[in-house]
This record gives sequence, C-alpha cells and structure tokens, in this order.
Amino acid sequence: MTISYFFQQLLNGLSLGGAYALIAIGYTMVYGILRMINFAHGDVFMMAGYFAIYSMAAFPWQLSLPIVIIGTIVLGVVIERIAYKPLRTAPRMSVMISAIGVSYFLENLANYLYTAMPQSYPQIDILKQIHTFGDITVSRVTIIAPIITIVLTFLLMTLVNHTKLGMAMRACSKDQDTARIMGIKVDRVITMTFVIGCGLAAIGSILYFTDRNTVQPYSGSLPGLKCFVAAVLGGIGSIPGAMVGGFIVGISQIAITAAGYSVFSDAFTFVLLIFILIIRPTGIFGEKATDKV
Amino acid sequence: MQKIKLTNKTIFNIACVAIVVILLGYLQATEIENSYAITIIERSCIYAVAAVSMNLMIGFTGQFSLGTAGFMCLGAYITGIFTMPIEIRDQVYYLYGMASFIHNIQVPLVVALLISGVIGAIIAFLIGWPVLRLKSDYLAIANLGFSEIVRAVLGWDGLGKITNASYGLSNIPAFSSIFQAVIICGVCIALMLLMINSSYGRAFKAIRDDDIAAEAMGINLFKIKQLAFVVSSFFATVAGGLMAVFLRSAATSTFTVALTYNILLMVVIGGIGSVSGSVLGAFLITAGQEWLRFLDKEYYIGSFKVPFTRTGFRMVIFSVLLMLFVLFWNKGIMGSKEFSFDWFKNIYKSIKRRIRRKKNV
Repeated sequence: MTISYFFQQLLNGLSLGGAYALIAIGYTMVYGILRMINFAHGDVFMMAGYFAIYSMAAFPWQLSLPIVIIGTIVLGVVIERIAYKPLRTAPRMSVMISAIGVSYFLENLANYLYTAMPQSYPQIDILKQIHTFGDITVSRVTIIAPIITIVLTFLLMTLVNHTKLGMAMRACSKDQDTARIMGIKVDRVITMTFVIGCGLAAIGSILYFTDRNTVQPYSGSLPGLKCFVAAVLGGIGSIPGAMVGGFIVGISQIAITAAGYSVFSDAFTFVLLIFILIIRPTGIFGEKATDKV
Repeated sequence: MQKIKLTNKTIFNIACVAIVVILLGYLQATEIENSYAITIIERSCIYAVAAVSMNLMIGFTGQFSLGTAGFMCLGAYITGIFTMPIEIRDQVYYLYGMASFIHNIQVPLVVALLISGVIGAIIAFLIGWPVLRLKSDYLAIANLGFSEIVRAVLGWDGLGKITNASYGLSNIPAFSSIFQAVIICGVCIALMLLMINSSYGRAFKAIRDDDIAAEAMGINLFKIKQLAFVVSSFFATVAGGLMAVFLRSAATSTFTVALTYNILLMVVIGGIGSVSGSVLGAFLITAGQEWLRFLDKEYYIGSFKVPFTRTGFRMVIFSVLLMLFVLFWNKGIMGSKEFSFDWFKNIYKSIKRRIRRKKNV
C-alpha cells in the first residue's frame, strides 16, 4: 500500500463520514428530545435524493438545492405531525413502531412513484470537478464534504448552546413536563428539531449521492441504520459526538472495503456498535444517566 | 393425572380441528387447482411461527428485539444444507465444492429443523450475554445489527464451501404435503404457548410489566431474559428453516431488515402480547397483500384510465392501512387477550338476552 493510496482512501472515508455525520446529527437530536429512534430518518434522506433528481431536472442547481432542502424539511415536519405527535403520551415502543411504519410507507411510496430501478443522480458540475494532488485524484465534493460537516456542526453547536431556541431544546431533552411548565412551547421545539435534522439530512443526501451516482427506494435504509450507530457511538444526544461517530463509521467502512472485505463493510459497523455498547454504553461523549424507580 | 372430561368445549374444539383437517385435506386433494391457496396458507403459517416467536420477546417479555430476520437466515441455511439431496449437491456447489464433512449428511426435515433450532439457540445464548444487558432501543438496534452481521457472514465467500456464499442454496426439497407444514407450525406455536402459560411465562410477564418490581420479587432478570431470548431465537430459526423449505431456496437477500419489520407489523396488528393475535396478524397480512393485488393492475373504463393503480400502488395502500392501525388502534386486533370460543358464546348469550327483553316488553 502506497502513501497516496492511503490518503486517497482516507479522503474517501472522510467524505463518506461527513455525510453520515450530518444524518447522525438528525438521529441524535430527535433521540435527545423524544427518546425514540427515528427509523424513518434514513428514508427521509432517500426521499431527499429523489427530490434532487426531480428538481434538478427542472431548475438550475443554485435554485434546486434550496428546493431540495425545503422539500425535505416539509416532509420531515409532516411526518412528525402525522405519525409521532398523536403518540406523544403513548409508550415509547408504539412511537418506535410508528416510525418503522413510516419507513415502510416511504419505501413503498418511492417504489410506486419512482419505480424500483436505480435512477441516476444529477451531476452538479461545481461539486464534480476533479482535483489532482500528486497521485491523488479526488472530486471536489470529497474535499468539501468534511469541511461542510464541520462548519455546520459548529453552527449547530452555537445554536444549541447560545440561543434561546437552543436553551429550550436542552430544557426539553432534560425534562419535557418541567419545560412545559416553564412556558416553553414543547411542540414548537420538537418541530424545530425535525426542521434542523431534516435540513441536515438533505445536505447529507446531496453530499452522499453525488459521490454514489444512483438512488433507489431502499438506498436509505442501511445508511440510516449506520448513522444511528454513529450517533450511539458518539454518545446519543451529543451533537459533536454524532459528528465524530459519523466520521469513525465512514472511515472504518472505507478502510474495510479497501482491505478487500467489502462483504463485511456493513456488518463491521454493527460489530463496532455491539463493541461500544459493551465497553462504554453511553458512547464517547455521552453523559451517564441513572434510572429512577 | 387429570381425567379428560368430555365437556361441550372439548367436543367443540375437536370439531374445529376436524373441520380444519377436512379443509386442508380438500386443498391437498385438489392440489393443482388450489396451489395458490396452499401457498398462502403455508406462507402464513411460517410467518405465524416467526411472529409468535417475536411476540414472545416483545409482547411477553417486553424486550424490543429486532433480530428475527438474522435467526431466520441462519435457520434457512442450516436446514437447506442438511435437507438438500446428496446427488444434487455438487451441482449446486459447482463453484466452491461442498465441504466434505457435511457433504454426505442428509437428514429428515424435522431433524434438520431441530438442528437449526438448537444452533440458533446456542448463538442466541452467546450473543444474549452482552446484548441483553442493553435497554429497549439499544437492544433493538444491536439485534438489528446482529442480523446484518449474520447475513454478511453467511454471504462471505470464505464460507463458500459450506454456505455457497452469495449464490445461496437451491433445490431444497419442498413440503411433502400441506399437512406437514401446518403441523410443524402448529406444534411450534403450541410449544411457545405452553412456555407462556408456565411459571416461566409468568416471570416473562412480570419483567414486561415492571422489571424492578420483578427483580425485587426474586426473579433473576438476566436469566429469565436470556431464557426468553433463547426460546424466541430457537423458534425464529426454525421458522427460517421452514421458509427455506417453502421457497425451496435460501439466499441472504430474502432475510433483510425489511422482513423483520414485516413480522413486527404482524405482531402489532395482531396485538402485542397475544399469541392468537400474532397468528391472526400473520394470516391477515399475508392474505391482505394478496387481496390488494388488484390495485397493481391498470384499468381502463372506455378510454379513461383509472388513476393511480399501477405496479406498487398495492403496497402504498397497504402501508397506509398499517399506519392507520398503528396510529388509531395501536392495541391491535386482539389487544393482549387470547382468542377463545367463549366469546361467541357470550355474544350468543347477549343476543338471546336482548331478544328475551324485547319479548317481555
């Protein structure tokens, strides 16, 4: 293995990890507030891929990128309103089952609307330009992805730690009932969480699919699970944790593939999960929580 | 030993079994015309076993475990390997060549199912040790992960001599008759029912309702959880084996996460915590997908095309129906009750009472 091959793969890993990190943040934020795994998040990410295909066919990319992001946000908020809000007081298991139902629905809907055939993802020239550094050739998206991820995570951290909305979010994730008594509109905070999560998923989807070229109805389910693993790895509820987890999952997936064990590239993520859950169940950045009787 | 009393109820139950046997016998006799119905019944029965085994974990022990597809995949491969006719093996394994230590072992279906069940149970015992210490959502995702790991390992070409890697197994002998399928499934479900009604079953329910209280009452939480997981995995693995026999092939692509979700929805529709509910759910969902098949065709009234109906529409409607169920009727059809014929008796009585009241007026 040469040094340049190593760096090539490292860049690929960072780029994939960046996309994963953006999706993982959506998982971690929803889990932080609602205490549920949003199984539909991966499928929202897949739908964002289709939105991009159709909006890019009609509009120039400068216009269609905001359309994709807004469309995904609307989808996410509608899902929250219809499928999760009525179950606010129900046991956690029902909400999770509802999320699985939504995921099932979105996959079938995509199958119906866009057929099961993989569709080619539009090429945005500015993202696809090839750069060459010595032996390494990378497209621009590979370099941009980790940078965008880090910048967005930084912005989000500022939002959560230094604004009123962020304070409300933190209050809701600590104790919803008390937050409500303090005059926080919990439903609005939850909606905002979904807006941010889905917006980031849309950006993640653009970065992910630009590198992978095709979208199909099931292309969201496995990356979705992996991103949840990334969120757990970093410590669920922690935003920098989700970012670090995303990078770890992305880089390790590329490393396993580069080592010639591509069959295990998906399985390895889950091995990592079981491993971390045994060694440190709260994840890398997670806080220790105790159960009250 | 209790004496078997010949009450009305036992006579009624025997009559019901007889009716089922006659119906199945009719289907078997007219196998060629009714092959479609036979397929649906067999498929439903197999899903019923898987659904009840999942319900044992989710509904009765309260552990949100989503590893069913992984165990089914394991069962499908093991059963396939042990039941495939020896003369055809070289042809199926033409690329890798079958490993010599299993090449000449062929056992009857029931034995193969038992072997796969036991292997599944052992693996469940081993992975249960770390995994069952986790709480609800983590457990769910860890088990989902486990089933992906199983799929990857079985599809790995390093094991090609045993599993035929990504080519999968084919030419697995089918059920000899519909009776074989129904009886095996019936026995599996009956065994699980016995387990649930035993003192262990009561311990499961105690953990589900309040694990801390259960622990205070002297239940060894971890041991009982592990027992539930091992039993549930045993039957999930057997269901996978039956699936392989039903499909006459085994491939890792059959046992994806989507299959687990499918079975979960059966459990939910039937009622979390009801065995008869899960069976009903399995039959309803399997049959429902067939009934809605008309939505997949395109219709024309004159030159007017009926909107929306085309390939895939069926599943959209189906998933909308499922969502409605989950949102508005999240207890499922049976709730946590079990099916019994006393219901009909009660309905009959209440009707009789009403009629009598009318007469009095």
